[in-house]
Amino acid sequence: MIDFASLSLLGVYSTMLVYTASFLFFTFDLAKRSATEPAPAVVSVGAGAGVEPGGSVPAPAIPRSGGYQRIATTLLALGLVLHLLATLARGIAGSRVPWANMFEFGLTATALIVMVFLGSLFWSDHGYLGAFVSGFVLLALGIVTVNFYVDVVPLPPALQSAWLVIHVFVASLATAFFALGAGLSIFQLIRARFEARGMAKARLMRTLPSSAVLESLAYRLNVIGFVLWTFTLIAGAIWAERAWGRYWGWDTKEVWTFIIWVLFAGYIHARATRGWRGSRSAILAIIGFGAVIFNYTVVNTVFTGLHSYSGL
Amino acid sequence: MEPLRPSDFHDGQPERPVEQPRLGLTGWGRFLWRQLSSMRTALALLLLLALAAIPGSLVPQRSSNPNGVIQFQRNDPELFDVLDRLQLFDTFGSFWFSAIYLLLFISLIGCILPRTAHHLKALRQPPPVIPKRLERLEHYRVESMSGDAQSLRDTARAVMKKSGYRIRPQDDGVAGERGYLRETANLVFHFALVGILVALGLGTGFKYQGQRVIVEGQTFANQLTSYDSFNPGRFFTEGALAPYAMTLDRFDPTYQFDVTSGRANPLDFEAFVTVRDATGATSKSIKVNAPLAIDGTSVYLLGNGFAPWITVTSPDGDVVFSQPVAFLPQDSNLTSLGIVKIPDGLDSQLGLLGFFYPSAIALDSGAFTSIYPEPEQPLLTFNVFSGDLGLNEGVPRNMYSLDTESLTQISGGDTGVDSLVMGLGDSAELPAGLGSVEFTALPRFVSVDIHRDPTKLPVALSATFIMAGLVVGLFVTRRRAWIRVTQGTGQKVSVEFAVLARGDDPGLATALDRLVLDFSQEYESKLTSS
Repeated sequence: MIDFASLSLLGVYSTMLVYTASFLFFTFDLAKRSATEPAPAVVSVGAGAGVEPGGSVPAPAIPRSGGYQRIATTLLALGLVLHLLATLARGIAGSRVPWANMFEFGLTATALIVMVFLGSLFWSDHGYLGAFVSGFVLLALGIVTVNFYVDVVPLPPALQSAWLVIHVFVASLATAFFALGAGLSIFQLIRARFEARGMAKARLMRTLPSSAVLESLAYRLNVIGFVLWTFTLIAGAIWAERAWGRYWGWDTKEVWTFIIWVLFAGYIHARATRGWRGSRSAILAIIGFGAVIFNYTVVNTVFTGLHSYSGL
Repeated sequence: MEPLRPSDFHDGQPERPVEQPRLGLTGWGRFLWRQLSSMRTALALLLLLALAAIPGSLVPQRSSNPNGVIQFQRNDPELFDVLDRLQLFDTFGSFWFSAIYLLLFISLIGCILPRTAHHLKALRQPPPVIPKRLERLEHYRVESMSGDAQSLRDTARAVMKKSGYRIRPQDDGVAGERGYLRETANLVFHFALVGILVALGLGTGFKYQGQRVIVEGQTFANQLTSYDSFNPGRFFTEGALAPYAMTLDRFDPTYQFDVTSGRANPLDFEAFVTVRDATGATSKSIKVNAPLAIDGTSVYLLGNGFAPWITVTSPDGDVVFSQPVAFLPQDSNLTSLGIVKIPDGLDSQLGLLGFFYPSAIALDSGAFTSIYPEPEQPLLTFNVFSGDLGLNEGVPRNMYSLDTESLTQISGGDTGVDSLVMGLGDSAELPAGLGSVEFTALPRFVSVDIHRDPTKLPVALSATFIMAGLVVGLFVTRRRAWIRVTQGTGQKVSVEFAVLARGDDPGLATALDRLVLDFSQEYESKLTSS
């Protein structure tokens, strides 16, 4: 019989190797952006240009991305294929969904981050985020594999529920959106600082969209994350009612899920509050993502609670 | 009509200067109310709420981890007193946490009530008329077309309607607004949040929850005295308990032995019960993720273990004790701890402190341990204490602990007398000729939680509205659009298009393109069909 668990681990290591290469090329790209003049931006959709009856709207021109970025993106996609195969092998090894303990959650969530990032490149060019995404995922995958790896064991009765499939998957998807949102918010803060100092024409900065565009992108990702997180919270409550006899009991994990929900609710309100739009709300989004990471790592390993399924 | 928002609401448009009128007494009242229901206050309260919840995860809570609280008190009584006075062990019922969320909800209600009234009014009114100087808008386009002006105006109306705009037909064109659903959904979301709070406030008093240990073969009758522990809500009456009885016929655990780790992994726990009520007897099963519903209550399987049947006989041959005793599991291989108290029938009151090992092996030290949670090699050991069990003062005593203060140990430990060690079916003599103990049988027990929670349904309903309101409210965009058709000289007709965002609207430019395109196509198909 094939040892799928070992195969999965081999897959994870190969994935990390490819992601490392991708990360390097993404950083080369950033370095190149700050070294050379950017190609003149192609003006998209001529505003005010007449459209004759029956004519079609011209497709928006895609800004040219550099050679390094193209290599990096291809490598990232290749890494994702390996990553998904490794995740699949892990699922086959356990004959169940590959997100039943901390290691598996980390494996799936990081794959989703890359997937959402590559998917989002189709509707908006933000390859500048690649270094952040590949670097973060590489780091997370490394930490998860070294610190949280456990052998495949059968599901304990408490986890035998359809809600494991739904609740945990949506939680990892929400994490993916929050991660990308946080990445954009970080770029937004950097860019806003340059803008405030009148240095928006610095070479690297000129290749980035304005902080307002970055903010709007981050907002859209975070809002999707928030909807998914709300669903995670509700689905978790339904499951808790089935398994533990109450839908909400302020277990440490529930407390932090609530804190994260309130933080992002605050973020959405901040974006609609005079004086809080811009950098302040971006900081809130980054704190919110920090709380997500804290909830996954510290709350699972240090705090005592009912969500102690890490297997550590 | 604009959706009504707090005065400091930022809709993504350039900011307008704020007018500051002089304030009278009512003016001040209105000012304070506005402050409370402003965005900034809501935001501050939200962030405070997140901050205030943190101690609830750092300090053990009475609600979720009562043993942790007791341990905290034992470890550091001084710090415990300080923290307890600040209600940190009841964070989520504390005065400061309650104050924050109540203020937040007052602020929320103060915001959404006027908004609702305003929105209802807006829903009955037509959209605002076409601005005089349409060309001043950022997203504006003008097309020169040939054709009949009236026919083009009809097309404009049809296109707007088709694109989901609520329209106001005008002589020179059409005004439209879409996305009213956004405000509706946003309001539904916030009302549903209030719904959860109201459901909790009204329903919590009628909740109850009780715990009970049932041994195989035993029957639990649903009445107050049958519960081992019971937490009623404020408005609970005993009449609220449904009359039924439940017998535990059998408990079936399934384990898988993992060769590499040497651990037993539980695969399944299932309790088979017979429920008797007015309608008769039915066989049911309870599993960890599948509670049993009986008469509006839910019965949850929360724990299990062994309840060795112990028979104690006096030297004269009289049976003074014969019943199963639930032993509390101490580890994953079900090494369990149990207490037997014999107040009457022997020369002295006896307390037996027992350990049960389902699959016992002897360690080098002579101590036993269990290597598997199934009874492959069941072994029972007892240390015997004699003296005063403290049961005569009428003070309630915990059946799972032995207060050894006024007892003398007479076997095991440092007494020089060996502990009693028995396999299943074995007997052992008590020290000092007090009698004998027999390990008669080995039934299992389950511990069940029985809950009634009338808040479940209204909270679930509210949660559904929260989810629906959120999805619709965040992904529907509200925008206005106008089309004006002006007859020029000769056959030339000028058609002006403009769109305006109400709130965040990244797709505004595309929406204008779309509108122009739809208009052209509609007009063209109209021409070809006539």
